[in-house]
Amino acid sequence: MIARDRISKLTANLILLAIGVLFVLPLLWVLFASINRTAGLRVEFPTHPTLGNFKAVLNTDTTYRPVLNGVILCGGSALLTMVCAVLAAYPLSRFRSKFNRPFLLTVLFCTGLPITAVMVPVYGLFVQLNLVDTIGGTIMFMATSALPFAIWLTKTFMDGVPISLEEAAWVDGAGNMQALRRIVLPLMWPGIAVVLIFTFIGMWGNFFVPFMLLLSPERLPASVSIFTFFGQYGEPNYGQLAAYSLIYTTPVLLLYLLLSRKLGGAFALGGAIKG
Amino acid sequence: MTSTVAPTAAAPAPSGKSTGRSGKPRAAKLVRMLPLSPAIGLMLVFLAGPILYCLYAAFTNMALTGTGAANVQFVGLDNFRKAFSSGAFTNAIWLTLVFTLISAIIGQNTLGLGLALLMRRSTKVVRNFVGTAVIGAWVLPEVVAAYLLSAFFNDDGTLNVMLRAVGLPGQDWLYGAPIIAVSLANIWRGTAFSMLVYSAALSEIPKEIEESAEMDGASGGRRLLFVTVPMISRAIMTNLMLITLQTLSVFGLIFAMTRGGPGTKSQTLPLYMYEQAFSFSQIGYGTAIALVMLAIGAIFSLIYLRGLNSEAAA
Repeated sequence: MIARDRISKLTANLILLAIGVLFVLPLLWVLFASINRTAGLRVEFPTHPTLGNFKAVLNTDTTYRPVLNGVILCGGSALLTMVCAVLAAYPLSRFRSKFNRPFLLTVLFCTGLPITAVMVPVYGLFVQLNLVDTIGGTIMFMATSALPFAIWLTKTFMDGVPISLEEAAWVDGAGNMQALRRIVLPLMWPGIAVVLIFTFIGMWGNFFVPFMLLLSPERLPASVSIFTFFGQYGEPNYGQLAAYSLIYTTPVLLLYLLLSRKLGGAFALGGAIKG
Repeated sequence: MTSTVAPTAAAPAPSGKSTGRSGKPRAAKLVRMLPLSPAIGLMLVFLAGPILYCLYAAFTNMALTGTGAANVQFVGLDNFRKAFSSGAFTNAIWLTLVFTLISAIIGQNTLGLGLALLMRRSTKVVRNFVGTAVIGAWVLPEVVAAYLLSAFFNDDGTLNVMLRAVGLPGQDWLYGAPIIAVSLANIWRGTAFSMLVYSAALSEIPKEIEESAEMDGASGGRRLLFVTVPMISRAIMTNLMLITLQTLSVFGLIFAMTRGGPGTKSQTLPLYMYEQAFSFSQIGYGTAIALVMLAIGAIFSLIYLRGLNSEAAA
């Protein structure tokens, strides 16, 4: 029995390692190419590693401004999403009303709608409202597109905070919003952080929405401006592309590390989703 | 925050969860629902609005240039007739189905479940390494993932180097089998989600249940099929629906890897819609395709809701 257990454990480890290696392999290219001045599409460790690619892309037009735009765009959207989601989740989680169930079902239904499909009419709407190529309009749309999922998750996390504590506060004369701010939010901040960080990571990688709604090069976030490496000049400079990709990816990797060190990582999200 | 409105809402509600029948004034009940309004406002303008607009524009000849730009006319079902009789549209539908089937339903789902199951018997170091690699691929921005995988599937890329090393013929995957390449790319990028959902679901199965099945002499495969899978059926349902819906609307990954090409060999519905609406300026026709996509999404969404509902009722 024990021998069989050991064999099954060994097999599981070996299969997992093989899959893990398959997942790591594509990453090697970007690491090697970023320090190779003459990088192509082949994976090879450069004979003369150099930081030249990073130096070449670290300037206002290529890196600083797009990354700053991304921070403004995604940070603004994620915050707006979070504020609206917390406010919406509170009555949904705390008060029984005929309205709750249909609203939650609508929210769940919306999480399923393909946002990609809405982009053509959204573009039309933005033309009508004169919002094309504005950061504010794009923030509002990005926040809305993340909202159904964020409301659902936030409500799931909020349901985990026992209501008895608030009842005590209500008796003491605290209002709903005071109870939310003083009692519920401090107790569920890990959940809030999980939703906020995942919303931000999703938006940071989102290409289609800013690609459609923003036009001026000086407003484009990093997810879109990366496309300028494939200009009209034929073969892109793969080394610089790889270096830029790494710089652009760093913020979400740091956020993810923060999440996994402090908050139980993505597994907290899996627990909230599986229903 | 708007703490000024709150006391009026809370004052008559000392018991908090009291339902409507206790004769609470209607106004107070409305006020305590007030925090919902920013979310509802945003969703009405930026989600419901575009969908309604879609319902209108799909039946017109709206365009950015030409006759449809100067004077928009109602054309009935013309856009849909045109779509369903067009080879490019049916091609896009097929490719979308193949892409969803290979990358989500077979790939991400099975691999995610497999990883979650294997991780339960593995050692901690291996588990952490694989978890980090798989989640890393997921956290990576869409376009970066697309570039990495373009390099991976390229003629000189890692995949071909590996294949040739073991004596198998390589090929330019992005040129020869683009839909397979983008499907594999989507598996690489999306498996983490299924893995997380299944890990969470598996962690809630009591150990005793599996142990007693083992005592009764059930083999590994039978235990998986008749004990483990039924216990996580709800998670499987949820996961399948969510990844199907995500996969249906994948745009950036395919756009950055192949632009739908070569020709239209990897042009799934979102890419076809984009090409028609913006490259060819046919907004009316583009929204008709968008409406078809929304309808497909809505059907899956409804099945998913029904599944959740019947589970809750049971």
